[in-house]
Amino acid sequence: MIVKDFLKNASFKHKDLISTQALSIDDVNEIFALADIFKASLKNDKTKLPYLKGRVVVNLFFEPSTRTRTAFEMAAHKLDADVISIAASASSSVKGETLKDTAKNIQALMADMIIVRHSCSGAAKYLADRLEIPVLNAGDGAHAHPTQALLDAFTMREKFGGNFKGKNITILGDILFSRVARSNIHLLNKLGANVTLAGPSTLVPEEFEKMGVRVCYDLREAISDADVVMLLRIQHERQRATYFPSISEYAKVFGLNASRENLLKKDAFIMHPGPINRGVELDSFLADSGRSVILNQVTNGVAVRMAAMKLCMQAKFGK
Amino acid sequence: MKKEFIVKNARVVDPSQNLDKVCDVKICNGKFVESVSKSAKVIDAKGLILAPGFVDLHVHLREPGQTSKESVATGTAAAAAGGFTSIVAMPNTSPAADNPSTIRLINDIIEETAVVNVYQSACITEGRQGEKLAPLGSLKSMGVRAITDDGSCIQSAEIMRNAMQYAKMFGLFVMDHCQESTLTSSGQIHEGEWSVRLGLGGWPSAAEDIIVSRDIILAKYTNSHIHLQHISSAYSIDLIRQAKKRGISVSAEATPHHLALTDACLKDFDTNYKMCPPLRSEEDRKALIKGVVDGSIEVIATDHAPHTETEKDREFNLAPFGITGFETAFSVCHDVLVRSKKIDMLKLVKLMSTRPAELLGIDAGTLKVGSPADFVLIDENAEYVYNSPVSRSSNSPWLNKKLKGRVVQTFVGGKLVYKA
Repeated sequence: MIVKDFLKNASFKHKDLISTQALSIDDVNEIFALADIFKASLKNDKTKLPYLKGRVVVNLFFEPSTRTRTAFEMAAHKLDADVISIAASASSSVKGETLKDTAKNIQALMADMIIVRHSCSGAAKYLADRLEIPVLNAGDGAHAHPTQALLDAFTMREKFGGNFKGKNITILGDILFSRVARSNIHLLNKLGANVTLAGPSTLVPEEFEKMGVRVCYDLREAISDADVVMLLRIQHERQRATYFPSISEYAKVFGLNASRENLLKKDAFIMHPGPINRGVELDSFLADSGRSVILNQVTNGVAVRMAAMKLCMQAKFGK
Repeated sequence: MKKEFIVKNARVVDPSQNLDKVCDVKICNGKFVESVSKSAKVIDAKGLILAPGFVDLHVHLREPGQTSKESVATGTAAAAAGGFTSIVAMPNTSPAADNPSTIRLINDIIEETAVVNVYQSACITEGRQGEKLAPLGSLKSMGVRAITDDGSCIQSAEIMRNAMQYAKMFGLFVMDHCQESTLTSSGQIHEGEWSVRLGLGGWPSAAEDIIVSRDIILAKYTNSHIHLQHISSAYSIDLIRQAKKRGISVSAEATPHHLALTDACLKDFDTNYKMCPPLRSEEDRKALIKGVVDGSIEVIATDHAPHTETEKDREFNLAPFGITGFETAFSVCHDVLVRSKKIDMLKLVKLMSTRPAELLGIDAGTLKVGSPADFVLIDENAEYVYNSPVSRSSNSPWLNKKLKGRVVQTFVGGKLVYKA
């Protein structure tokens, strides 16, 4: 069987998936190739695949999440793993237990993998360094969200026919607080695309240029040559200070609307990691237009996460 | 009966006498003397450097209130192991050292348990809240020499101005931890390339620069002296350099870690590189070394800040700021300043001993006849792995690292308090 052969030949060595920075281009291509197979298989058959049968995956979420948590749950279920999801409010953290103790307890309960989301940058690596079992980062502070970046790139890859060279990707919005942006920057750079960051100067500091991207405060310039415009939500919940005057001013200055759509290349498409604030960063009709691949991202997120989970699990427990 | 001894064959380095040569050093009854009798015990220190004991203007001993991190006993033992014979303890104890009773309590603990000289500093404001002046006159009468709200920089310029003006009357040494706090409310590490890369809250150097400039302006305005603690930013050093040129009475300290390390060390989220002010850019670090070389920075202070393993071993944002410093300070500074030929040994001893003693106004930092026999023996070439801290805490970036150049013996008042 094709999946079996693929897995037998897989060279992916990471038990953990903490950031896209740590992945080689071969690792990325392996994740994509397996995701291709899983995606096709799910489309044709729609029944579960047995590749994590007998494994128990724990979702340990210290931050609210619907989309990512559900996508990980779905991915685990589609691979026939059992899933336990723990929300922080229901965990021992409120009783003063440390993150390390919570995680070590979950490991001692014989979990096979932990998917963690945490508000502190570095929290996923912190756990991965201290646990034997695989740790997948479902978002740590503003640091990294590797599966989101992988599913974003996977979606672009489908549209680009696999070739990222010379493609222009503009990420627009709150970059400073965005783990999605950081993970995308690392990954897209690896794949050979040109990344431009745009948004309010307070949320897109020039230091980002040291990560090998272009920072551009002129929206017209930032989007007119883009093959992809990836929009990010303004994360009110992370902002302790006033980075821009108001949501309505943001919408006016940076929102992607009908008149700005005219600046886009004919075949440019629009991405968004969700949740969308319709009418703020993205006009409603555009979210639902032919340019939008937002729902493709969501579907791809299941296949990509299945691939990542399977490869990490195999790196830990063998073929 | 006299307690006499003579140290022979050491390379004697004493900035207070501009001395750097092999000669004998004589001690009688805890003081340096001109001569000793023939029966004096002889210590052969061939191949070693003898220097005045180090003076640290910035340390945290955590007693009372936080003795799981450190105590006066363990902290001073660690100080002795690093060659420090006089240290200034910060007042952020629990309760805060902002009143005569707490100072008396701490002085009693020091009397009973300290193995080096400890000068307990007091708060400038009650509870380090930055709102109401502490009873500085009463604190002075308890023997307090230095005041600071360390870690909780006074934000009100009015209160800082009054503190400087009022403290001057008592000859109190005013030290300030320069941090404009609205700019640092979510700060975790230096704001720059690495805060952006890691997605950690940025701590802009401007937060330091703003208070440094305010304090310089107030020192000029009130015609008083200000000591600026653990300077880390290039622009701050520039401000200090300019102020000195204008004759404003300002002194500044740098820590070994800011001289040796940069924010790039944070790449793996290791909380043993998390401190306040944060490790800054390579540009800042170079400027700091330049400041040391040209005299803008006159003092090296450790900001020894012990924390327990449990406190440090957690999510980066939730771990406390601070690292230990006593035991590694000499090795680190010797490496980054002397071995790299930025300054000579005489200058390093001045930075770590003579100048801080002068600023604090204590009889230390010198080998002059009549002064207390506080001194260290140093082996410049000794290599060792820093793997068993004397301090109660081990939150050091140099833990388990190989270091070169170390203090091998420390004497306080002629008494051996540490031997490697």
